[in-house]
Amino acid sequence: MTTKRLPLLSPERGLGSIIALAAVIFVLFPLVFDIFRLNLIGKYLSYAFVAVGLVLLWGYGGILSLGQGVFFGLGGYCMAMFLKLEASDPVSTKIQSTPGIPDFMDWNQLTALPAFWEPFKFLPFALLAMLVIPAALAYVMGAAMFKRRVGGVYFAIITQAVALILSVLIIGQQGYTGGVNGITDLKTLLGWDIRTESAKYILYYANGVLLIGAILVCRHLLSSKLGMLLLALRDKEDRVRFSGYDVANFKIFVFCFAAMLCAVGGALFTLQVGFMSPSFVGIVPSIEMVIFAAVGGRLSLVGAVYGTLLVNFGKTYFSETFPDLWLLLMAALFIGVVLGFPNGLAGLWESHVKPWWRRRGNATRLPVVGEARQGGVMADDKPALRERDGAPVINTTASGVSAMSPSPASPTWRSAN
Amino acid sequence: MAFEDIGGIIAMQGFAGLSLFSVLLLMALGLAIIFGQMGVINMAHGEFMTIGAYTIYLFTSLAQAHLPSLAPYSFVIAIGGAFLIAFVVGYLAEYLLIRHLYRRPLDTLLATWGLSLGMQQIFRSTFGAKEVSPEVPEWLLGSFQPVEGIDIPINGVFVMGLTLLVTGVVFILLYRSRWGLCVRATVANRTMSNAVGINTKKVDRLTFAIGCGIAGIAGAAFTTIGSTGPTSGSLYIVDSFLVVTFGGAASLLGTIASAFGIAQTQSITEFFLTGSMAKVLTLLLIVTILMIRPQGLFAAKIRR
Repeated sequence: MTTKRLPLLSPERGLGSIIALAAVIFVLFPLVFDIFRLNLIGKYLSYAFVAVGLVLLWGYGGILSLGQGVFFGLGGYCMAMFLKLEASDPVSTKIQSTPGIPDFMDWNQLTALPAFWEPFKFLPFALLAMLVIPAALAYVMGAAMFKRRVGGVYFAIITQAVALILSVLIIGQQGYTGGVNGITDLKTLLGWDIRTESAKYILYYANGVLLIGAILVCRHLLSSKLGMLLLALRDKEDRVRFSGYDVANFKIFVFCFAAMLCAVGGALFTLQVGFMSPSFVGIVPSIEMVIFAAVGGRLSLVGAVYGTLLVNFGKTYFSETFPDLWLLLMAALFIGVVLGFPNGLAGLWESHVKPWWRRRGNATRLPVVGEARQGGVMADDKPALRERDGAPVINTTASGVSAMSPSPASPTWRSAN
Repeated sequence: MAFEDIGGIIAMQGFAGLSLFSVLLLMALGLAIIFGQMGVINMAHGEFMTIGAYTIYLFTSLAQAHLPSLAPYSFVIAIGGAFLIAFVVGYLAEYLLIRHLYRRPLDTLLATWGLSLGMQQIFRSTFGAKEVSPEVPEWLLGSFQPVEGIDIPINGVFVMGLTLLVTGVVFILLYRSRWGLCVRATVANRTMSNAVGINTKKVDRLTFAIGCGIAGIAGAAFTTIGSTGPTSGSLYIVDSFLVVTFGGAASLLGTIASAFGIAQTQSITEFFLTGSMAKVLTLLLIVTILMIRPQGLFAAKIRR
């Protein structure tokens, strides 16, 4: 198992698949789908940030967080707060009893903008908060738990509780957060209307560029020493600790990094969909986000994106046409991925498609392979070998030849057949 | 007069806390066995409770349709039925799913989440998406007034009594029965238990099934308090896990203590704040304490 996984780590691999993914996102989808569907895909691709973060955190680090929706939501809300303040200028909200504050505050009898909303009038602050708040929360949670060596199941339960807390808080504080409906009716970003078709195209491409960028950064992290350490501490944490590494710091770093990725995804989600609501924060969406990564393959950054797309396409398709079947299918997906394909789509690709492709390729190239490598193994080649090797091996008996030949030649030869 | 009012409020508030305590404890008992003893994360725990609730619904409506004379007692029989059905489903779930995943706790979590989704859909297809509430027998309705100004609902007392009974039975089962001995031995050292001739696989299956059965009883009891829908199980799941974790996973006493603490905290904060803020504060308190003291209130004496 471990030996199979390691190739995914090596830096020179996987660039091809990232380029292929970029081609799919930037060329194939815009050509095939209209803007409505493309906007939908853009929404899915904003979830993919969470899945990519989970590959790092869960696949490599072995830390399962069931609270990634919290960070997704925090990022989304930071962006939504900025956009909402821009959308509720005194002119367009003059019918309210208190013009100039978001409509849901007015409905909840608030007469002034709460203090914590004030700084979100400035885009730089909103963008900074979008990255810093989730990372800070992740740092506090991570530092509290990883330093005390809480991991695995307990970490999952506590992150889940945090997801519940945040969603209950947002729903309960309707006047400050918009409640169950969330923050809706977002119109412009610095005067640029985000609801037009061209804006949707631009946002889709921006999302794609950021996603590919995030994958490249993650790939760089994984191919560095950090990736190796993450794998090591997932499999034998104590040994890493005994080797003198501060395990907790690495875990905290990955947790914060994944949280920031989620936040970026959340912000892009808000921009493309035009609202943010607590239904992306709670327990159910957080676990669903884990299944995106699990279906795609918890060890493959690119796979996670495909997994996200596949699960969401399935969700949209089935909940439109066979609403009864969707949950059952989702159940089968959870159980099947865990029992049958722990490495998801990427694992299937590595274990089935690639070998099959290689076999096919080798079958056509067999003569070439035979010419170059088969010497010494096949009986009729033996004289040739003796001649080529000349005097130094003139005394080599058949057994001598067979003793030296299997090492480089025979594996290729066998697999070619 | 004013003093009596305050006394009444305190008594009612205390009863509300106790009532919540018995609800939380009943919810968490099954999980205390499955998660606390076996270490299996059963995210479908809430759905096993829902099974119990729907069994009550089915039994009481059947009894009303065909055996009206039995109706007052059917509720008690139905609780037994709820245990049995949840037990059987739990047994099957362990056999088909859980036993393949004992070595991968995080994957168990995902698989049982899948199981819970599937069960929710099955409930929805069978009983409809609308919430149902079974006919509660008359002796469970209403309230009695021990003193003027104090109103104690009978269904609350019933749930409390049932909780007491189930907790007692679980205690006896775990600490005084052959099965309990096997469970504790398996938890302490699986390899050694195997070596001395305990069929640990069988013990696992039975333990899981009993935990699920107790969840079924809990769900059955909750039908006296609220209605049941296909997704009501998911409301309980985080609370149950927090109760067990907060108490210290392997300790039954810890589970009881933590259920008591959480219930009192929540009912007291509920008195001063809105329901959702009380919930947030309570959860926040639990999470903070768990971050500082991850082993929970009653730590098991094991070397890590």
